[in-house]
Amino acid sequence: MKEEIVIIDYGAGNVKSLEFAFNRLGKEVMVTNNSTIIKNAEKVIFPGVGRAGSAMEKLKEASLHTLIPNLTQPVLGICLGMQLLCSKTEEDDVKGLGIFNVEVKRFTPEVKVPQMGWNTVSNVKSPLFKGILENSYMYLVHSYYAPVCKQTIASSEYGDVYSTALQNENFYGVQFHPEKSGKVGAQLLKNFIEL
Amino acid sequence: MLTKRIIPCLDVKNGRTVKGVNFVNLRDAGDPVELAKRYSEEGADELVFLDISATEERRKTLADLVLKVAEAIDIPFTVGGGISSVEDVSILLQNGADKVAINSAAVKNPDLITELSTGFGSQCIVVAIDAKQVEGDWKVHLVGGKVPTELDLFHWAKEVERRGAGEILFTSMDHDGTKNGFANKALSILSELVNIPIIASGGAGTISHFTNIFVEGKADAALAASVFHFSKIKISTLKQTLSEQGIPVRI
Repeated sequence: MKEEIVIIDYGAGNVKSLEFAFNRLGKEVMVTNNSTIIKNAEKVIFPGVGRAGSAMEKLKEASLHTLIPNLTQPVLGICLGMQLLCSKTEEDDVKGLGIFNVEVKRFTPEVKVPQMGWNTVSNVKSPLFKGILENSYMYLVHSYYAPVCKQTIASSEYGDVYSTALQNENFYGVQFHPEKSGKVGAQLLKNFIEL
Repeated sequence: MLTKRIIPCLDVKNGRTVKGVNFVNLRDAGDPVELAKRYSEEGADELVFLDISATEERRKTLADLVLKVAEAIDIPFTVGGGISSVEDVSILLQNGADKVAINSAAVKNPDLITELSTGFGSQCIVVAIDAKQVEGDWKVHLVGGKVPTELDLFHWAKEVERRGAGEILFTSMDHDGTKNGFANKALSILSELVNIPIIASGGAGTISHFTNIFVEGKADAALAASVFHFSKIKISTLKQTLSEQGIPVRI
């Protein structure tokens, strides 16, 4: 049987809130690290909370680091999940999965680190943001960021302007937490389901 | 641009809201889930649940409550009160809490901050600090301000940051419950001293108190309980007024 939405479970942070967010949209989700189920799912969510180094180690232990880049269905990386899809991150000097061609950096001390709270999301493009107004608020909590690059589909400003969403073909990444971003966040998850 | 956060705080005991809540149109004002939904719809940016139970079953009751809250609301929330171990934190985060706040346990065992921030990430570890002035110096207090310590507020805040806390929730026991305004001066010093976000707590009585804590006190977020619970200040009105004054808030 083919699962509609699968959340990759690799032990990096809790996924309960994400599960509930999909439930509120009337969708059941499966949380798993099973390669076959992930490969056959219609949509894949790649979450992540915590440190880049230990998260990448856990991905490798479950051999997910080779599976994820080869997925062909829509994949949504959230927060650290998005950062791990980039080419590299300064955090723990980790080599990423190389989907997004950008290097993740730490915020400079001119701003408080972590950035914590609701920030506006601008220059939105891609069907992922269908029905979401320019400068809508999303909830963010992070110490590292992806600079603006060719694959940027939304940006925010904190010290510098940086990528709050990225896209490369079937791979999408968002720095914010849609599951914690009220109605706007729910709209984004709905858009992802409908891709 | 990043906005200033407005955070209602709910005291819970044995899974129920304790501080008198005077809300119209609520089926059950003692139900924290119902209240959480209400605040979320009114525009609260985040919620804090402070557990003051003292029973044997408190851990399980709190974990169950967290699960129900996570299911019902789509904004972030923090859980605090009596959290003293990695196991406590693990279950609360697993059940959907976004952050946990530790207070006395951090003072008694500062290594806990390091352990938690390394294990779960700084972003979900809030250190709550209660302090009041003793002969002109801000001293950290425990047990809701009842037990004084030798710790200086500012030294402790620096250490908390160095150990990896992602945020500080500072309550001035001199201002808490007075409704005469926040501890603006101490908060502005604190906010300049550390490079992690500061939530200001204690003293909210009017909308202008919130303006002051953001402008003079340089706080990143403001927490209050009774002014919201008794509908003395409506969150939507508060945020509209702050916005008109040029303070960035999510509307």
